[in-house]
Amino acid sequence: MIKFILRRLLELIPVLLISITIVFFMVRLAPGGPFTAEKSFTAEAIERLNEHYGLDKPIMVQYGTYLLNLLKGDLGPSFQYPSRSVNDIIKETFPVSLELGVLAMLFALFIGLMAGITASLKPNTLQDHVPMGLAMTGICMPSFVLGPLLILVFGLGLGWFNASGWEIPSDRVLPVITLGAAYAAYISRLTRGSMLEVLPSDYIRTARAKGLSETNVIFKHTLKNALLPVVSYLGPATAGILTGSFVVETIFNIPGMGRMFVLAAFNRDYTLILGLVVFFSLLVVVFNAVVDILLGMLNPKLRMDS
Amino acid sequence: MNRVLLFSILLLVFGCSKRETPVEVGNREKVLHLGNLSEPKGLDPHVVTSVSAYNIISALLEGLVAEDPNDPSLKAVPGVAESWTVSEDLTVYTFRLRTGATWSNGDSVTANDFVFSYRRMLSPTMGSPYAYMLHLLKNGRAYNMGTLDDFERVGVKVLDSKTLELTLEMPTASFLSQLTHWSWFPVHPPTILKHGKIDEMGTPWTRAENFVGNGPFTLKSWRQNQSIVVQKSPLYWDAETVRLNEIHFHPIGDHMIEERSFRAGQLHVTGTVPLDRVRHYKEKKPDVLRLDPYLRSYYYLLNVNKPPLDDLRVRKALAMAIDRDAITQFVTRSGEESAYSFTPPRMGSYEPPKRFSTNIEGARNLLAEAGFPEGQGFQKLTLLFHTSDLHTRIAEVIQQMWKDNLGIHIELENVEWKVYQDRRKNRQYDIARAEWVADYVDPSTFLDVWMTGGGNNHAGWSSREYDKLLQKAARISDASKREMLFHQAETILIDDQPIIPLLFLPSKSLIQPSVKGWNPSILDHHPYKYIRLEE
Amino acid sequence: MSSNPQKNSLWADSWKQLRKNHAAIAGLVILTILITASIIAPWLTPYSFEEQNLALGASSPSLDHWLGTDTLGRDLFTRLLYGGRTSFMVAFCATMVALLIGVPYGAISGYAGGKVDSIMMRIVDILYTMPFTILVIILMVVFGRNILLMFGAIGAISWLVMARIIRGQVLALRQQAFVESAIAIGASRPRIIFKHIIPNVLGIIIVYTTLTIPHVMLMETFLSFLGLGIQPPMSSWGLLIKDGASVMETYPWLLISPAIAFSLTLFSMNFLGDGLRDALDPRFSKGRS
Repeated sequence: MIKFILRRLLELIPVLLISITIVFFMVRLAPGGPFTAEKSFTAEAIERLNEHYGLDKPIMVQYGTYLLNLLKGDLGPSFQYPSRSVNDIIKETFPVSLELGVLAMLFALFIGLMAGITASLKPNTLQDHVPMGLAMTGICMPSFVLGPLLILVFGLGLGWFNASGWEIPSDRVLPVITLGAAYAAYISRLTRGSMLEVLPSDYIRTARAKGLSETNVIFKHTLKNALLPVVSYLGPATAGILTGSFVVETIFNIPGMGRMFVLAAFNRDYTLILGLVVFFSLLVVVFNAVVDILLGMLNPKLRMDS
Repeated sequence: MNRVLLFSILLLVFGCSKRETPVEVGNREKVLHLGNLSEPKGLDPHVVTSVSAYNIISALLEGLVAEDPNDPSLKAVPGVAESWTVSEDLTVYTFRLRTGATWSNGDSVTANDFVFSYRRMLSPTMGSPYAYMLHLLKNGRAYNMGTLDDFERVGVKVLDSKTLELTLEMPTASFLSQLTHWSWFPVHPPTILKHGKIDEMGTPWTRAENFVGNGPFTLKSWRQNQSIVVQKSPLYWDAETVRLNEIHFHPIGDHMIEERSFRAGQLHVTGTVPLDRVRHYKEKKPDVLRLDPYLRSYYYLLNVNKPPLDDLRVRKALAMAIDRDAITQFVTRSGEESAYSFTPPRMGSYEPPKRFSTNIEGARNLLAEAGFPEGQGFQKLTLLFHTSDLHTRIAEVIQQMWKDNLGIHIELENVEWKVYQDRRKNRQYDIARAEWVADYVDPSTFLDVWMTGGGNNHAGWSSREYDKLLQKAARISDASKREMLFHQAETILIDDQPIIPLLFLPSKSLIQPSVKGWNPSILDHHPYKYIRLEE
Repeated sequence: MSSNPQKNSLWADSWKQLRKNHAAIAGLVILTILITASIIAPWLTPYSFEEQNLALGASSPSLDHWLGTDTLGRDLFTRLLYGGRTSFMVAFCATMVALLIGVPYGAISGYAGGKVDSIMMRIVDILYTMPFTILVIILMVVFGRNILLMFGAIGAISWLVMARIIRGQVLALRQQAFVESAIAIGASRPRIIFKHIIPNVLGIIIVYTTLTIPHVMLMETFLSFLGLGIQPPMSSWGLLIKDGASVMETYPWLLISPAIAFSLTLFSMNFLGDGLRDALDPRFSKGRS
């Protein structure tokens, strides 16, 4: 296990390096620089800004400097928010997205697994159609519709929640439901699908024949195998959900990382984009490693093999 | 089932009573919640260019003169300067600073602070985007361009610690009104120097823990994309006028979200009102809706170098074939006005020229004269704009009008904001949407845009005569003579039609009845020290 | 086809199986109707999708305008039909791209295991972390506005998750008896992957595909925002829903009918997908024979 983790950590280095290199050069290809603005800066002013941020140096020098600073853990200054560094921005926005993401993921897993399992036990009956119908509604309902609807009903109609913001604990409820709903729907569909694949297998029949209780059969034997696609899905999904959702964070005006990522791209804030990509890559690689470990635990044969 | 139950219980717990809204709490504790449209890029008055940053800076800093809250055109009233005198030839202004004016750390505001600030603003190495505002000062331009090294020769002089003398390059009638602009605000020299060099941009001095200002409020906290809080400054010279304890600026970019937050009782005043909600408020809740005149001109740029737009007749035909009244009546419907000039009305006593009107027959004839009868043979042009509800809708309507009235097809092209700016700047467009908002109350803030080589002259249009008239107007103090020159200049501009004026947009906001003293102003400035909250 | 009677009977068998599934057939019928309607749109409506009636403005459903009109007085029914064209095209093309790249990629990676798997999956990781917004803006600048490019862009990021899921499944399947026996009798690798493994992950492919379709249909709205997608006055279901959502209190009908059309499509696809899965599942067939 330790060897496996070490190997994955080593793999992280080329992944990060390639990501950084691609993104570093890519962002500079997009039209409009960080200092393009509605009221034009003078050419001299832009020149000076470029000088200030080292953007006037040859691109390879900039690249080298960036990598060197990265080794020191310094992601550089943000071009758009001059008084803040990229490290500051990540420090401020990630906890928000993390909280939202963890809550939404828990919500999604709980609802999704329960609905998926319930549906798969009696396929093509009411017990299947009702949760699956709800799940489909969850998928059909884009968050930019669900979010405002929830706000209209529970925020403005009943007056229970704020319509936006991230100040008091109750501000978490609506965004978590909005963000979690789509994931819950995905998870329930995937769970039902693979439960249906696994349930007719020989070993489940054997388990049943052995007289194990139904709960035991479902949760210990079936679910363990049925979780494979769900777990594969969860890796990137978790990394994605933790780094925030642009749409949900925008709808509820939440100061999270997902919004920052898209804004950074819109603003051509080169260092901020890069910094967020580095951070995001780390998360993706880590979560995919976790997923692979989980896959191994769910299916011991795999682990021996690799 | 249990889950549903649990969930309902949770909801009940949260919902057992209607919560007290931030607005209700705010009314009691004198905390004003404002919708501020976007997260400001910074709070350094010498760097920022956005309205959302100005809103906050205007609470934190005060210039030599301030704005009269009861005058819609915000004429200059004493600020840090309690009085001033002007020389006969209108080039030398002597300001007497208040003895009580202090920085939020207790230091006295001195004439030296202003010299430091203007020096910082004009430093060639600072690269301040609004530095040109200070080119009014004698030798200001030369110092800013780096051709003059000696700041002593710039028209800023300390007579004594509380007396400041400003010498202008030439008499400028609009000087006092330009002086209300934030580029003339002072900064606290020791704070700037503590966090960097005088000409260094992007130092952490603007952070809440470092900020030192001289305005009615001080910076309490700055949480990115969440809120910026300012609190009443006990050291402000006029602290007894200030009624608010705190102002919370909420950066909510999406207009729908802002409106919902207003309805949920989270905002006292919004930055705008969504396009399709204005009618609802007009009919159902007219008391919270505010539509005030504003100096904002919405227009289309024509690329005059590109055929067939190089033909004046084509440009005129395009301008005349648009039924602006139909747009204001059916599409925007929030107090917009049809525009036939670049400068909006209500700019002092200036009357902009009206050189053309909607005339479909005339437009057709002009187009035929230019060689495109019924639009035949007219090549495909594109209309560039950046994605937004308003721009898309107006573009769709105008596309249809050109098609119906002239028989020409214009393709629409919506792009992302920076792409739009980049293409507009490099003149990679046929027709492009644009708008201009006044920096101060004087026609020159609009007309200077079209000076040859101006940084915002994206049409690439140039007229010697136009430049001359404006230069002449800048030197004249007689108001009516100036206005005549402006009128002549604008006539040249509109007659040559490098732009198609479309609309004058109002400032729109929703405002809770508890807010008092929020007076209409054509710059949409509302000096916060005079705002009151009633329970 | 007829040269291979065995195969023929398998398909016929599946079709027979599918026909028994009423939900699936209903889904198929509804989908066919919706797709046909959007193709023959010009014959179904007297209006054009861009023709405005400013004086009319947003009007609720009436005899003249069955689904009402939008804020510029354009017939919503017509816009919905034309918007369907865009959305179906996006759904089809982008899903195809996702399937054609994602399935083989995931299968190969999972089957090969070891170093190959590691490298292939790290490539997926790298692509997954690319800033999509910037990527799209650059694509647009380099290649110009192009609807095909949009399908490519959406497909290109949709295959990543698909590949991961398939790879996870294949990793597990590879150990199973029937694959091992295929290896033992010396079947070639491609044969094992495409004949033995992919049919066994068909179920999850279908399920995930039905999940991908709504996702790509909505992603199109974001691309249109960036200028890569379709240009106004053309529309799509995603854009109609988005516009409708922003006026849902003032003009609710502008949200309701596009949302219904969208949901109806997804429900139909889903039932059809489930039916197909059951019908094509080798285990079910084995059970039958």
